[in-house]
Amino acid sequence: MVSICFYFQVHQPFRLQKFQIFDIGSNKTYFDDHKNKAIIEKVAHKCYLPANKLMLELLNRHPSFKISFSFSGVFLDQLELYYPEVLESFKVLIKTGQVEVLAETYYHSLSFLYSQEEFTEQIKLHANKIKELFGVTPTVFRNTELIYNNALAKKVEELGFKAVLMEGWDPILEWRSPNFVYKPVNCNIPLLLKNYKLSDDVAFRFSNKDWSEHPLSVEKYASWINGINGNGDTVNLFMDYETFGEHQWESTGIFEFMRHLPEALLQHKDNNFKFPSEVVQFHPKRGELDVHDPISWADVERDSSAWLGNDMQKSAISKLYELEQEIKESGDQKLLEDWRKLQTSDHYYYMCTKWFNDGDVHKYFNPYDSPYEGFIYFMNIYKDLKYRLHQLKEINEVRDETTDLKA
Amino acid sequence: MFGWEFPPFNQGGLGTACEGLVKGLTDKGVEVILVLPVLLESTITNCKIVSPNYRIIRISSSLRAYHTPESYYKEYNNSRFNKLYGENLISEVLRYAESLTEIVLEEEFDIIHAHDWLTYKAGLNAKRLSGKPLVVHMHATEFDRTGGYSINQTVYEIEKEGMMQADNVIAVSNFTKNKIVDNYNIDPNKINVIHNGVKFTDTTEIKIFHKPRSTVLFLGRLTMQKGPDHFIHAAKKVLEYCPDATFIIAGNGDMEGRLVEQVAAWNLADKILFTGWLRGKDIDRAYLMADLYVMPSVSEPFGITPLEAMRNNVPVIISKQSGVSEIIKHCIKVDFWDINDTASKIISILEHQELKKELSFNGKSEVLNLGWDIPAEKCFEVYKSLVKIAAVKW
Repeated sequence: MVSICFYFQVHQPFRLQKFQIFDIGSNKTYFDDHKNKAIIEKVAHKCYLPANKLMLELLNRHPSFKISFSFSGVFLDQLELYYPEVLESFKVLIKTGQVEVLAETYYHSLSFLYSQEEFTEQIKLHANKIKELFGVTPTVFRNTELIYNNALAKKVEELGFKAVLMEGWDPILEWRSPNFVYKPVNCNIPLLLKNYKLSDDVAFRFSNKDWSEHPLSVEKYASWINGINGNGDTVNLFMDYETFGEHQWESTGIFEFMRHLPEALLQHKDNNFKFPSEVVQFHPKRGELDVHDPISWADVERDSSAWLGNDMQKSAISKLYELEQEIKESGDQKLLEDWRKLQTSDHYYYMCTKWFNDGDVHKYFNPYDSPYEGFIYFMNIYKDLKYRLHQLKEINEVRDETTDLKA
Repeated sequence: MFGWEFPPFNQGGLGTACEGLVKGLTDKGVEVILVLPVLLESTITNCKIVSPNYRIIRISSSLRAYHTPESYYKEYNNSRFNKLYGENLISEVLRYAESLTEIVLEEEFDIIHAHDWLTYKAGLNAKRLSGKPLVVHMHATEFDRTGGYSINQTVYEIEKEGMMQADNVIAVSNFTKNKIVDNYNIDPNKINVIHNGVKFTDTTEIKIFHKPRSTVLFLGRLTMQKGPDHFIHAAKKVLEYCPDATFIIAGNGDMEGRLVEQVAAWNLADKILFTGWLRGKDIDRAYLMADLYVMPSVSEPFGITPLEAMRNNVPVIISKQSGVSEIIKHCIKVDFWDINDTASKIISILEHQELKKELSFNGKSEVLNLGWDIPAEKCFEVYKSLVKIAAVKW
């Protein structure tokens, strides 16, 4: 019996403007509304709207078909701002009862690595948003870019979640298979491991003509999954939702592939579809995993170096988190929100220099000409944020003094 | 091969490019006969640059790479040495071309390669005399040199005739290729783009005596093409934010007086310094002193200096209107006219050590792969397509 578990990540950052030194103190907005709106619209037309239409069709046609989504809070904010119709189409999907929504940090942040307090607050903000929009409460957690280690598992267990998602990375698994439920060495929360081979066959390799399995037919793919029966409990297919229509264009046949996949998988009577929360209820934990240094689902290295690999990235993020207490003490909601939007992992991804030479995935949606510009604009904005913070403190001090005088 | 200037007696990147290409080719086993007109002042040093694989034959002439017909006339009148030669640059070009008959008839060669318009007449003459194929190499067009204004019609026609008659045209960038196609109506299929490379020199022995904090360098001719006026305007803006920064302008040219006066009028003469023209070790010294190199060229067919700066671990800001921007990524690219953007980025690099470090480290790694062997190999491919060179071991 193999449980097939689909999880789609849906996220878009609030991209930053080209913010010059001379803009500091000018009240210029940090976020490029025009570009962000244009990207939401473009991806909506290529992916979100047609993919949601397809998913609804599949959920209606196959009552046992199930999928799960994780939406970043900043993605949902942008749908509300720029394209409410897309948000409605997600609501329709969730109303079918055949869709589970996962928990994550509201700002798609790396906060777990920098501030436990902020991490916890963002998860709560996110859960509230999901409840407000979709009327459901997430019980399974996935961290930004599937960043994971023992400490994360423990923290998430303490917060009361029923399961955590992680990358099924060979150096961690060694001889073991990703097609079982595991637990961390230091606590008991169940772990769902991404089968990166089968996931990436669809997400990355589907249209690659140099791939020996190209073109990938539904029958061939279903036969690989059927083959797991007898030596696995679950197959976790985790990927960006933008796989449909955006990473893999419609012309590659990706929509047709997905349209026929549930039917093909259901032909094997031992296959079934499960939510992440059901997989961990249904299947026992088969082993322990010990992960010290954080792993992720990104790049060949599967570490955090895409966001925190060079000195620009490390410096930018640590300077931002240095402001945490002051920002929170200021009590200024607008300042706090801007500070949080700057935590979105994409800003640091744009500063990555390690594959700038090859110009591969990191070029994807990169709003700047180079990682250096990504850093420059971020730091100018950071300085403006700091400037605003200090302005505010001065005002507050004057106010305090006046109150003292009155007293 | 017909050239006009050669290091250390060069006025700019053209001599550097010529030297790099010749060395790259001779390293590959190609024999190069380099025919150069040389100023009388520079006669003594020729033996230094002659190598076993190639030799320099001198023809007395006042041809220099960056003369315009007007500046040639000025120098002709001021010259203490030389009243033997023509009063007019164009007639000098023709005289150079015609005086080659003996060399062309005496020397054995398979291909003719001429660098820039000054030598095109010579190249065409050699082709006519020998019947060998001609390659003309466009390092710059009249449109780059003049910024598109006051095009000298005769120069334009020599460039155009050279490219029309040549068997192949080498352009130093796609930027230049597009100009050639658009402005000279040359068949794009006849044009090969070969980007320049950079020479690696050992600078460990070079000492700097005093390094000011936060030094920003401009190095190039002070002509409209190179955008030094944009540089000083950006400098002024930066100095409002970083009063400790120092700006160095290395080079000379027809805009020098105007620039010095402007800087003095702003009362920034102690912050924006002029060094005059530098050569040899002083160039490396300038790079070693710099925290940042800026090339704000208005129209730069290639631009070797940013590669030299990167070779010396100096981060660079370059104009998007340049050929070199086609081949380097680890740098900052700006529109030369966007003074605000340039100034803002200068400040960021001066302020953030981590940015400076990433740029210089990655830039150095990038430039290490841009030696002259690759352009030389591509150039040799062009030769091979034109003639069978049986004798050369590859």
